[in-house]
Amino acid sequence: MSPEPALTLAFVAVSALTLGAGLAMVVTPSIFRAGLFMAGTFLGVAGLFVLLQAPFLAVAQILIYVGAIAVLILFAVMLTPRPMGDARATNEQWPLALVLALILFGLLVAMSYAVPWPISSEGLPEVDSVRLLGTELLTTYLLPFEVAGVLLLVALIGAIIIARQIPE
Amino acid sequence: MGVIRGLVDLSRQVQAFLDGLIPLAGDLLGQVLSSVLPPWAVTLVLMAGGIITLSTIVLVAFMYTTLLERKVVGRIQNRLGPNRVGPLGLLQPIADMVKMFTKEDLIPQGADRGVFNLAPLVVAAGALLIFAAIPVGRGLVGADLNVGLLFILAVSSTSVIGILMAGWASRNKYALLGAMRSAAQLVSYEIPQVLSAIGVLLLAGSMSMNEIVEAQGQIWFIVLQPLGFLIFFISGVSEVNRTPFDLPEAESEIVAGYHVEYSGMKFGLFQMAEFIATIGISAITVTLFLGGWQGPLLPGYFWFTVKTALLVFVFLWLRGTLPRLRVDQLMGFAWKALVPLSLVNILVTGLAMAIHPIWAVLVGGVAALILAGVTVHLYVEAVRLKTRPRFA
Repeated sequence: MSPEPALTLAFVAVSALTLGAGLAMVVTPSIFRAGLFMAGTFLGVAGLFVLLQAPFLAVAQILIYVGAIAVLILFAVMLTPRPMGDARATNEQWPLALVLALILFGLLVAMSYAVPWPISSEGLPEVDSVRLLGTELLTTYLLPFEVAGVLLLVALIGAIIIARQIPE
Repeated sequence: MGVIRGLVDLSRQVQAFLDGLIPLAGDLLGQVLSSVLPPWAVTLVLMAGGIITLSTIVLVAFMYTTLLERKVVGRIQNRLGPNRVGPLGLLQPIADMVKMFTKEDLIPQGADRGVFNLAPLVVAAGALLIFAAIPVGRGLVGADLNVGLLFILAVSSTSVIGILMAGWASRNKYALLGAMRSAAQLVSYEIPQVLSAIGVLLLAGSMSMNEIVEAQGQIWFIVLQPLGFLIFFISGVSEVNRTPFDLPEAESEIVAGYHVEYSGMKFGLFQMAEFIATIGISAITVTLFLGGWQGPLLPGYFWFTVKTALLVFVFLWLRGTLPRLRVDQLMGFAWKALVPLSLVNILVTGLAMAIHPIWAVLVGGVAALILAGVTVHLYVEAVRLKTRPRFA
C-alpha cells in the first residue's frame, strides 16, 4: 500500500474527530461534556498537525490545549453552582442564529473556493524542524516572541491582582 | 596493556552483540513474514507486535511493582508483606488480578455512565503512551520522535482529564473534591517539571530521547544538573499522585478521592495507571538524568531496567517514610520554591554553557544546587515560624 491512501484515510479519520467533537460540543446540554468534546476537537487538530508534518505544533497543541486549557475549563465548570445539572443548549433566538450561521458558512465556503491557495514548492526543511523553529524564534522573530512573553506576564500579574484578597 | 585493550574491545563487541539481538529478531521476523504477506501487512504486523510486546512488558512490570510495593512498605513497617501465595508471595499479583476481575462492577445511580466508563481508559492510555517514545536500549525505541521529550510531557499531562472525568461523572462529593485537588496539583507541578527538563535540553541540544541518551556517553546529566534532577523527580512524584503528594487520593480524609465510586476492573485500571505512570516517570528520569541505557559490559536494556527499578524503589521508599503534605504547603512549594528554582537552574545552565568548558557547567550545577538548598531551608524555616502552634 502506497502512503497516499493511508494518509487520506488518516486525514478523514482525524477530520471526522475534529468536526464531530466540535458539533457534539455545541449540541450537548451538559456543560461538562461540552468541555470534554472540546478536548476531543483539540486532539483532532493535533492530529492534523501531525499529518502536515509539524510534530512540534502537534505536541504543543496537546500540551497546551488538551493538557492545560481544557483542564482549566473543566476545573472552572466544577466550580460553577450546578456542575451536575444540564444547561439549555438552545434559546428562543435559535432560528435567527441558524440563518446567521448559514450565511457565515456560505461566505466561508465561497471564500475558500475564491482564494487561490498558494502551495509552496519547497519541500520540508532538511535539518531538524524543531531546531530551525527555535533558531528562527530567537533570531528573526525575536521581537514578537519577547513581546508575546511580556504580554503573557502582564496577564499573569493581572490575574494575581484580581484574585488577591484585599487586606482590610 | 595490550591484554587490557583486547579485553575492553572484546567486551564492547559482546555488548554490541547483545544489544543487537532484539533488533535482529525483529528483522528476521520481518523477513520471514514478507515471504508470505504483502509489504503493508508486514509493517502492520511488526508494528502491532512491537506495541503488544512493549505493553505486555510494562503490564508485567506493573504487576510486580504492586508486589514490590507491599513487600518494601511491609519491611519499612517491620512486617513481612505478602508471603502466602506462591514462593515469597510471587503469585500474589495474579491472585489480586483474579479478585479484581470477579468483583461486581458498580455504577452509581446518578452517574454520567458514558463519561464514568471512559475515564479509567483515558487515564490508563495516557500512562501507557509514555513508553512509546522512551528508548529502552541501544536502538530500541518505539518511535524516535524529534520532539520526544515534549511528546512524553504532553501525553502525561492528558491523564488529568481522565481524573476530572472520573471525579465529575461519579456524582460524589469526595470524588469531585479529589478530582479538583488533582487538577490543581497536576497543573501546578507540570510547570517546574517542564522547566527543569530544559536544562537537559540545553546540554543535549535536542528533544529526541535517543539523542539525549547519546549525549550522556561521557558524563550523566545528573552530575551537571543536580538541581534539575531533584526538581524533575519531585514534580514527577507529584504528577503520579504518590505520597507525600497523594492529596487527590488521601484515603484517610476523602476516602480515595476521584476513584471512590469505582469497583472491579475499572478500579484496577486506575491503580494500573498510577503504577505505570510511576514506572514511566522513573524511566523518563533515567533517560534524562541517569544516562538512559548507557552502561558498561552488559546490554543497554539491562542497565535501563536496573536504573528504572532503582528509581521505582525510591518512590516506594518515599511512600514508606513521609507523611502527606497539606494543600497549602503543596501549592506553596510548587509556586514559591520549585518554579523560581527551576528558572534559576535554566539561567545558570545557560550562562555556564556560554562560558563553555565542561567545568563551568559542573560548577554552575553545584552552585545552583547549593543556592536551592539554602533557599528551601529558609522557606521551610519561614513556614515553620509562621505556622507554629499557638496555645491560648
